[in-house]
Amino acid sequence: MQTFTYYPGCTLRTKAKDLDLYARVSAEALGISLVEPENWQCCGGAYTTATNEVATKLSAVRTLMAAKDSEGLITVCSACHNVIKQTNYDISRNESMQNKVRQYLDLGEAYTGDTTVYHYLEMLRDVVGFENLKSKVVKPFKGKKIAAYYGCLLLRPSKALAMDNPENPSIMEDFIKAIGGTPVIYAQRNECCGGYITLEDKNQASKRSGAVMDSAENAGADMIITACPLCLYNLKKNSGSSLPVYYFTELLAEALGLKEDSNE
Amino acid sequence: MNKNLKDWIDITSGVNVRKCMRCGKCTATCPSYNEMEYHPHQFVYMVERGEIEPLINSESLYKCLTCFVCVERCPRNVEPAKVVEAVRLAAVRRQGKNHLSAEQIPPALDDDMPQQAIVTAFRKYTK
Repeated sequence: MQTFTYYPGCTLRTKAKDLDLYARVSAEALGISLVEPENWQCCGGAYTTATNEVATKLSAVRTLMAAKDSEGLITVCSACHNVIKQTNYDISRNESMQNKVRQYLDLGEAYTGDTTVYHYLEMLRDVVGFENLKSKVVKPFKGKKIAAYYGCLLLRPSKALAMDNPENPSIMEDFIKAIGGTPVIYAQRNECCGGYITLEDKNQASKRSGAVMDSAENAGADMIITACPLCLYNLKKNSGSSLPVYYFTELLAEALGLKEDSNE
Repeated sequence: MNKNLKDWIDITSGVNVRKCMRCGKCTATCPSYNEMEYHPHQFVYMVERGEIEPLINSESLYKCLTCFVCVERCPRNVEPAKVVEAVRLAAVRRQGKNHLSAEQIPPALDDDMPQQAIVTAFRKYTK
């Protein structure tokens, strides 16, 4: 069994419990051991690209350092994934940042970006393998047209995240095929849902999330899947559409026979 | 023109605004286009010309969703979102307080609002 460090982040323990629970039970069934670090902190939610800003990057560095001795750090939430990978990428290329972080955190030696960060979907693709996953599916989503919603945080900026082609991604569609469904390709799959603007401007959030849902519905989708709690919130609450929205981990657990009640 | 401020923005963003060839692709692809007074391409050329005060005082700073689509799609690798972030940081530091106050948050919440939204809104507007 391979052992990875697992970082849930703030929302997976509160409003996005399904995203967390089904990620953990599925990993166990797939032979992946996920170990949560003690006393982890929130990643900060949004990465600041400012080259001279250090303090707001420290919690991500603490998480990266907690995973130093495991096979890698696994994140599920798109925002955690984005913040932690961008921090890791920038710090690995910036010696002055390494020194400042070392002083802030009073480290014996500087953290230089050695931890490998995987999004859970990358773990499925690169560690488990989609073919292997397919062979473990007991309840395939046969005949279901499923639209993958990437949004912004999973893919961009692609230089730092290096997860998939940012304009024509396939990792979620390959996941959908592995669990027996039919992926639906639609124009808005990698455009923003409105994100945190929902706190300040519901109108803008509803325009953005509505455009995403319309695009998926027009392409014939039966449901839409996401890895991001804030995307799920915007698509469900602000879009005005009734197309069902699920976390990808819910479908994964269901396909593996680990989730009893079907949400179909 | 405040040369110190322009230099600070250049260093903080890490962007060479002179690489911009004015194609407007960043603005054309911006999800907040309709909400903005100044658009991503304007941030780039106004910083180049040192016209930073109108940007610092504009609500456009808080319409940017940090979706990085302008960074990804710029054919010259100018990375406009990093310019917007640097100007936002200058504005937040100058006003000496957060863009959002804690008192504004509870009325904006509902039972399903993920913590991620609150943390992100605060973190983005404070430093």
